[in-house]
Amino acid sequence: MSETATSNASQVPAVEGWFTLDQNPHLIGSQCPSCETYVFPPRESACPNPACDSDELKPTPFSRFGTVWSYAENRYAPPLPYRAAEPFEPYALVAVQLEKEGIIVLGQAPKGILATDLKVGMRMQLETDVLYREDDVDYMIYVWAPAVQDEVVGGAK
Amino acid sequence: MSDRDLVVLGVGMHPWGKWGRDFTEYGMVAARAALKDAGIEWKDVQYVAGADTIRNGYPGFIAGATFAQKMGWTGARVSSSYAACASGAMSLQTARASILAGFCDVAMVIGADTTPKGFFAPVGGGDRKNDPDWLRFHLLGATNPVYFALFARRRMDLYGATSEDFAQVKVKNSLHGLNNPNARFRKESAIEDVLNSPVVSDPLRLLDICATSDGAAAMIVTSRAFAEKHLGSLKGVPRIKAVSTSTPTYPQTILELPDFATDSSAVVMPPARGFKDSICWDAYEEAGVGPEDLSMAEVYDLSTALELDWYEHLGLCAPGEAESLLRSGATTIGGRIPVNPSGGLSCFGEAIPAQAIAQVCELVWQLRGQAGDRQIENAKLGITANQGLFGHGSSVIVGI
Repeated sequence: MSETATSNASQVPAVEGWFTLDQNPHLIGSQCPSCETYVFPPRESACPNPACDSDELKPTPFSRFGTVWSYAENRYAPPLPYRAAEPFEPYALVAVQLEKEGIIVLGQAPKGILATDLKVGMRMQLETDVLYREDDVDYMIYVWAPAVQDEVVGGAK
Repeated sequence: MSDRDLVVLGVGMHPWGKWGRDFTEYGMVAARAALKDAGIEWKDVQYVAGADTIRNGYPGFIAGATFAQKMGWTGARVSSSYAACASGAMSLQTARASILAGFCDVAMVIGADTTPKGFFAPVGGGDRKNDPDWLRFHLLGATNPVYFALFARRRMDLYGATSEDFAQVKVKNSLHGLNNPNARFRKESAIEDVLNSPVVSDPLRLLDICATSDGAAAMIVTSRAFAEKHLGSLKGVPRIKAVSTSTPTYPQTILELPDFATDSSAVVMPPARGFKDSICWDAYEEAGVGPEDLSMAEVYDLSTALELDWYEHLGLCAPGEAESLLRSGATTIGGRIPVNPSGGLSCFGEAIPAQAIAQVCELVWQLRGQAGDRQIENAKLGITANQGLFGHGSSVIVGI
């Protein structure tokens, strides 16, 4: 979902190491090599499973597809440190359940996808979008977009 | 009376509002009111358990000492607790532990706040890329009402709840708080008022969401021995029967404020009781009572829809049945199990460190029959339910 980015702006992630910026973006989580539980946002140490004493977590790609757990739509500009565009346009936030990882991850929806376009249980896929632009650099963020039909049939990447 | 009961000798509040004055001014009013209500002197207080505010500089971080100094140093022991919205319950638990351990007999539990206007934003300046509370604002614009909206939307999509149902919670609470002298908003709300207020975080409207307020609450809790000596008889005197300050059990599978993600249930089975259920049921188990024994509940209605969630976590009805329970009138004063007889956050707005204490104050007034025209007939046992961000449970059971 990079149509809002212009070609002369370079793209960097707004947060390091949470997602990829390629054609088929996916979240990068962590997995415990010992008990195999998953963690998001990613980190390098301290397995959260109380029955596991591993202090090492390894980066792992998360499923690109999931289902809507719930969603909301911001009608007012959030306060700083959110860099709201002016004039402010409402946008949706979506919490998506990833089956294999057993995790729900909150993200924005792409610009233009609002609450009326969403429903609990809907299939979603990970994309990226511009969070804000500064000095000709687009700071990118992962977003949850309604899944494209043929990719649903084809299964998660 | 159980040996582990604590006697509530006095309660006091400063009315909720928005004046922007020093938070300690409000706290002093509440403290003096609680002392007067208890019939004791400041010098009798051996322990001051302060609930912290993080938006008022250093004095807010050391609330116990701040109020002890403001009242005039007496050598009393102090503690200062921060657990977000659950700070008041954590302070009470600290005072309770000190009394039950025999370290003191008389404690003051106190919290006060002065809040900024508008959305709560991260506290402190600068980029903090390792702070999830900073990051959720920066990367997602996930304000507190966004999380309230996620819960509201699930009720709509899973159970068929409507905006009218949510508005009905506001209507009920506005009637309850109408003549509560400590409430900030004392105005009847109609369904249409709520539906005509602007959408803030869809599906929630301005009147579905609680405001942020200035306010203060305090209570004097004592050992049984002290209370018996002071009062003679403890008949009809409210007692703290349980304080639950539970944290979640891994994996926490509900997306809670301020998290980006839940824990993973891929390799560890979720606990039989989710976090918010466990907050309430831990309190029931400690007091040896169940939801069927309750006369009332004060719950944290950060939004109208969250009040409905609490009906289910408290076991007042089965999941998905909160809207029916509300519509039946059971949770209105005069019904089977009135919820938020004080008017709740809906009428108060949130003064974070004071709020969990204020919930207990309301139960105490109801149990003593001092709640005026919002009095619940024959009130014997009440529960509070509340949760502070980053996994802080807060539930207190008070009975006579």
